[in-house]
Amino acid sequence: MSAPAILSSDEEQSAPSARPGRVAVLGTGARLALGLLVPLALALGWEVAVAAGVASGRLLPPPSRVGAALWTLAASGEIWTHVEATLIRVGLGFAFGASAGILAGALTATLPALRWLVDPSLQALRAVPSLAWVPLFILWFGILETPKVALIAVGVFFPVYVGVAGAIASVDRKLVEVGRIFRLSKLALARRILLPAVLPATLTALRTGLGLGFLFVVAAELMGASEGLGYLLLDGQQFSKPDQILAAIISFAVVGKAADAVLVALTGPLVRWQDTARDTL
Amino acid sequence: MLSIQSLSKTYADGTRALEGIDLDVPNAEIVALIGGSGCGKTTLLRLIAGLDHPSAGRIALDGEPITGPHPGVGLVFQEPRLLPWLTVADNVGFGIEHQPKRERRERIAHALERVGLVGHAGRWPRELSGGQQQRVSIARAFVASPRVLLLDEPFSALDAFTRKDLHRHLLALWEEVRPTVLIVTHDVAEAVALADRAIVMRPHPGHLDDTVVLPMRRPRDPAAPASEAATRTILSALDHSLRPRDASRAPQLAGGSSF
Repeated sequence: MSAPAILSSDEEQSAPSARPGRVAVLGTGARLALGLLVPLALALGWEVAVAAGVASGRLLPPPSRVGAALWTLAASGEIWTHVEATLIRVGLGFAFGASAGILAGALTATLPALRWLVDPSLQALRAVPSLAWVPLFILWFGILETPKVALIAVGVFFPVYVGVAGAIASVDRKLVEVGRIFRLSKLALARRILLPAVLPATLTALRTGLGLGFLFVVAAELMGASEGLGYLLLDGQQFSKPDQILAAIISFAVVGKAADAVLVALTGPLVRWQDTARDTL
Repeated sequence: MLSIQSLSKTYADGTRALEGIDLDVPNAEIVALIGGSGCGKTTLLRLIAGLDHPSAGRIALDGEPITGPHPGVGLVFQEPRLLPWLTVADNVGFGIEHQPKRERRERIAHALERVGLVGHAGRWPRELSGGQQQRVSIARAFVASPRVLLLDEPFSALDAFTRKDLHRHLLALWEEVRPTVLIVTHDVAEAVALADRAIVMRPHPGHLDDTVVLPMRRPRDPAAPASEAATRTILSALDHSLRPRDASRAPQLAGGSSF
């Protein structure tokens, strides 16, 4: 009776210890390669299928044609104009929306009277889908850059506002007491305890906001633009150029991921102390 | 001298946490406050630390009234409460940031040496064990050279070995700075190991019930007859304090402290 018992306990012990070992065997490079395996296999499969005449590839062009479209756009310099236009819109909208969100979140979280005054209204506005503002923004701001930036700013504002206000509200009262024991002034308390304590949640909120910024720039550019990656999408649809649509989608993925990576890299040193691995978020 | 006169605290919900506390603690004395839960030990400490305001009565340190957090009063919380975004060294130096850089560095290094964490100066709090974190928090309180150091059940979450080790570190730091120490505990052995005086508290409302003087020399051997006798005395005082009020009325009247 004792032999199986020992065996099973052995298994239990070895199972968890083997797992970290196996993960360590796969280096960063190998893990990256593993992640690329699925998209590469799918791309290759589609390429072969179209080349062999199994599929026409008219509505879903094979990767080679998408690549060629991307190359043509890049070689003529056209794509950079579009990327630049999109990035400027996202950048401006993000800057306005995030600053307003941080300011409003910080104020409502620290001043109860202000919170009771404006938070219900802001929460009500948050329930409105941001795209519902489009017609109004066009009436107010025309059809040029202003309504686009305004739409992105509105989209970015709410997650940042909710994130910052929540982060400040949930600061550990026990850590604040440490500051009080050492007689920190209000300003020093904000700088040395509140700010570092809310930083991680604020950065997460900013990343969410940036992601939404890219979501709304597409919406803004689809409603009428003469340049930008969203315009490239619309142009591809109107002139039946699926390869151009896919090229624009790939550009969106690359630009969005790059913007997120820049945000993480810029803010990483500020939250180095954190337990969790941030880059896996 | 820390002097407390007819101190009372009633919370907003009507709970009478403390009533009629009178206590004088001469400089460099170590006093253990001991008692069951809900007898106002932590409330008393928070009032002395200036984190809460008393409903009545006054607290003074060397004649200076305490109305808020005071530079001469340090507090070690029940949990380490280290700031997770600061290294161990920066946590220790948290309360002395206004001091010149060099002096600050020397004080931090010295305090870390005293609590046996020299090699951990550059690490994050989360990388330390619970006992090590609590040592950092004691060092943080000591570098500010408090005249009164308050400790709120600082070792209650630790195992017996670690606790004994921390008693040693605490006494070593105390020998050096010689602050007045008030330590809240529910561990009789801890009171006997550290204190010059153990004060037994009693709940509903919290007040000081009995005092046991512990005149033994340090370092103390918990197995020595004097320590064992002191432990018995405190235990019987505690037992007495847990009995309902009616049963203990006679000796209180004899003491003339009630009514």
